[in-house]
Amino acid sequence: MSTAIAKQAHAVLKNHPRDEPSALVNVLHDIQDEFRYLPEEALRLASEHLQISTAQVFGVASFFKGFHLKPRGEHICTVCMGTACHVRGAPRLLEQAERDLGISSGQTTPDLQFTIEEVNCVGACALGPLVIVDGEYNGNMTPHRLTKLVNKIQKKKGK
Amino acid sequence: MAAFKNAKQLADHRKKVVASRPENRKAIAVCAGTGCKAFGSYKLLDAFKKELKKRKLDRKVELRATGCHGFCERGPLVLFFPEGMLYQRVQVKDVEEIVKQTVVKEKVIDRLLYQDPTTGKKHKKEEDIPFYKHQARLVLKNNGLIDPTSIDDYIRIGGYNSLVKALGMGPEKVLKEVKAAKLRGRGGAGFPAGIKWETCRNTESDKRYVICNADEGDPGAFMDRSVLEGNPHSVVEGMLIGAYAIGADEGYVYVRQEYPLAVERLEIALDAARKQGLLGKNILGSGFGFDIHINRGGGAFVCGEESALIASIEGHRGVPKRRPPYPAVCGLWGKPTNINNVETWANVPPIIDRGAKWFASIGTQGSTGTKIFSLVGKVNNTGLVEVPMGMTLREIVFDIGGGIPGGKKFKAVQTGGPSGGCLPEKKLDVPVDFDTLLREGAMMGSGGMIVMDEDTCMVDLAKYFLRFLKFESCGNCTSCRDGLMRLHELLVDIAAGRGTEATIDLVEELAQVVRDTSLCALGSTAANPVLSTLRYFRDEYEAHVLKKRCPAGVCKELITFRIDPKTCNGCTLCRVRCPQEAVVGKKGQVHKIIQKKCIKCGICKDVCNQDAVIVE
Amino acid sequence: MDVKLKINDVEVSAQKGEYLLDVARKAGFEIPSLCHHEAVRPIGSCRVCLVEVVAGGKTSLTTSCNYVVEPGIEVTTDSELIHKMRAVNLELLLARAPGARRVRDLAARYGVSRPRFAPVDDNWLPNCILCELCVRVCEHQGHSALSTLGRGDQKKIGLPFNRPAESCVGCGACYSVCPTECILMKETRTNRTIWGQTFDFVPCKECGAPVITEKHRDFAIKNQELPENYYDLCEACKQAAASKRFASVAW
Repeated sequence: MSTAIAKQAHAVLKNHPRDEPSALVNVLHDIQDEFRYLPEEALRLASEHLQISTAQVFGVASFFKGFHLKPRGEHICTVCMGTACHVRGAPRLLEQAERDLGISSGQTTPDLQFTIEEVNCVGACALGPLVIVDGEYNGNMTPHRLTKLVNKIQKKKGK
Repeated sequence: MAAFKNAKQLADHRKKVVASRPENRKAIAVCAGTGCKAFGSYKLLDAFKKELKKRKLDRKVELRATGCHGFCERGPLVLFFPEGMLYQRVQVKDVEEIVKQTVVKEKVIDRLLYQDPTTGKKHKKEEDIPFYKHQARLVLKNNGLIDPTSIDDYIRIGGYNSLVKALGMGPEKVLKEVKAAKLRGRGGAGFPAGIKWETCRNTESDKRYVICNADEGDPGAFMDRSVLEGNPHSVVEGMLIGAYAIGADEGYVYVRQEYPLAVERLEIALDAARKQGLLGKNILGSGFGFDIHINRGGGAFVCGEESALIASIEGHRGVPKRRPPYPAVCGLWGKPTNINNVETWANVPPIIDRGAKWFASIGTQGSTGTKIFSLVGKVNNTGLVEVPMGMTLREIVFDIGGGIPGGKKFKAVQTGGPSGGCLPEKKLDVPVDFDTLLREGAMMGSGGMIVMDEDTCMVDLAKYFLRFLKFESCGNCTSCRDGLMRLHELLVDIAAGRGTEATIDLVEELAQVVRDTSLCALGSTAANPVLSTLRYFRDEYEAHVLKKRCPAGVCKELITFRIDPKTCNGCTLCRVRCPQEAVVGKKGQVHKIIQKKCIKCGICKDVCNQDAVIVE
Repeated sequence: MDVKLKINDVEVSAQKGEYLLDVARKAGFEIPSLCHHEAVRPIGSCRVCLVEVVAGGKTSLTTSCNYVVEPGIEVTTDSELIHKMRAVNLELLLARAPGARRVRDLAARYGVSRPRFAPVDDNWLPNCILCELCVRVCEHQGHSALSTLGRGDQKKIGLPFNRPAESCVGCGACYSVCPTECILMKETRTNRTIWGQTFDFVPCKECGAPVITEKHRDFAIKNQELPENYYDLCEACKQAAASKRFASVAW
């Protein structure tokens, strides 16, 4: 197990009181903010720190949609699947992203460049259908514009 | 600034703030809600800042980033005070002209005004626009006026005055007032808040909690987010008053993880309130103490359910518990706990301020006050609308929402989120209140209102909700976990033309089992989208199974794309854009789709300028 | 202190805080269930122990395992509606666990032999009905070596991080409570293999038969403050020794 992860994890845990099970979800958020996912080693340390069983930590971490147990791509392409976006054609955007990147929703490309994720609603329904790429909201999306956007990011990387 | 030691110090401070900012002072308010932010309102703010500075106006004209104004469809929105004039779809390139013309010369720039698409009339003032005119803004009233990061902005408009009043009334009287106002919970089932408070207060305990449920999970609903982002102090004040009435000294706000801006604004608000002595010990010298923690949710729809939310705060999976015992009796850490959602808490200060009688005069007898809806989907004016309870769906969708875009026909409106129901055209004149909606097979929920037109397939919609819910189920109950999984499978079959009449019967049978035998509200309402679409749109289900047709042209397996040779002008656009190379045809000649290759992605239809792609 | 209630029109009394399922069974009424065990907290997962309860004039369909008895309630343990609802839930469970004998037998009693749903293609833990009895028992024993994974229709039961758990002592409690026998356990005379780990047995000092796993012994002696030699003998030899002692006592 790498000590680099442990070191970073300790730095995160330092900000939270020990033996405080109610801090678990907040701790998981902070760990994920640090690593972009939840490394096993960090979770084991969190379990020790908060005095919760690893079973509970794992159960909670895998229960919530916002937490990721595997490393994610450098670029995250999040398709909003809220109802407003759905009736305005969100499923077609998701399919387009899957076609363009050759992976299914929830997966990461083998080169760790892209991850496709779904979100249930970000509350920007007026902009629907909406795709968030690296935190940037792209409203009134079409499959074609999505392809262009993805290509642009891929090209930038190529250079 | 030191903390206020008593009510007088707060009142004196308010006088000072008001004096420093006279009513007629010029101000530019740029909406910084999530919708407008996505449209680029932060860049707009920067541009205004620069432009005002350049013209040395930055001391004369106040620039304010405000919360959501609700009219997200026309964002970014900019309001001008003291006139109350609204510019919409404002771009950075407009800023220089706006400052020069509107701010300095007080001239109106015509093209930035809102134009009513039906009458063609242009409106200058926000309050004249039909979208706002028919609303009754009680909770959202101040969203567009104040800077949510400034406690002085809130104090200036009378903020925390209701708290002062409540502290003077005593807990019993506050409770009586909220009960008399007949305030019902805005988060779901509409349980009377006063009765909940009373139960919590009357449960013997050394410790009580209040919780603000801001885990707004309904996809297509964002009123709670807008209130938290736009006027966080109103929620804090509501919780303070509630905690005082209930006898709680600790509170939690459980916020959805998808709402980072709301968390940020709330943190700022809590810090400011603490510094001013409005949170903490011995608030305003009253002896009453209270503080609030923020808990970020992890992303689970089921955590909108009270007992699941509590489990999550305690560090467990969000698995609901059997009720009773209700949280008001045995909640967080086993202590009496009162949970209300954001909108409910935000209704409390105005009730104390203006009295139960006034509040109860708004809305209907059984459902008092106003309700915020997020009006989204196939509707012209997407946004947040706050109306008196009892307004009809037709008024909301057509008078405020401006009807359906593109001259399409209205088909249905879904209220109450995934666990709500779909109401058809013939129900457009029912009044929107808690009890009527329930009677018609839908529910108020938290206030999502999704409009659907003729292009929406109701089987596809039910399938969509089930896909959502089967994953959002906590997975505890067989009926909910496996029942929803199976319902989804059956709807996939129907949508693919593999269903028979027996499939519809099985869907109905299973839906009842899910509804009647699951533990929590998620399970017992999860079948609503299926049951309500079957109730009102059975013919669409039958078209899928008997005629193997999708009348709305949505279900992929049942439709084909073809190019109308009469309208195609051979522009090659569809051929170039087709991801499957399924379109053939030379430039200038009629194109054709090779059905075997077509994956029905619809791109050809999107790009065609001639409307030559036909879906059948 | 006693709670008086009616089950199928028969007056029954119970202790305050008792669960309806336990009360009904003690009184001789039969209610089927799959996810219930008296030793651990009820979670109402399988939805098979459904009954109808009239309380305060309102009738509701509810699971009895997690229903705390209240005075004056009237309970019906079987009716056409209850039968139908149990049958559909059993049908759902059978589709998930076609190889589980108890589920099959119970479903058959409710007229379900072949579910109308496709089998779940689940290679994770075939025939598991996700009732969490194993997880709850393991937690109750103080090990917490098993966990749930995910939620909704993707929910699974397994090991945290999908790795052999350090806190597992190989006690086999999960195996013995599992209603569908879906947990794999292999035993020889000297060891037991479960959840990806092999645990050596403590042999009986008399006959050499396996008593308990070594790790379980160490855990139990430490946590229950038992004498060091508590697990030296197997149950049979312990009894034999006891009766010998008993016989040697001079009357």
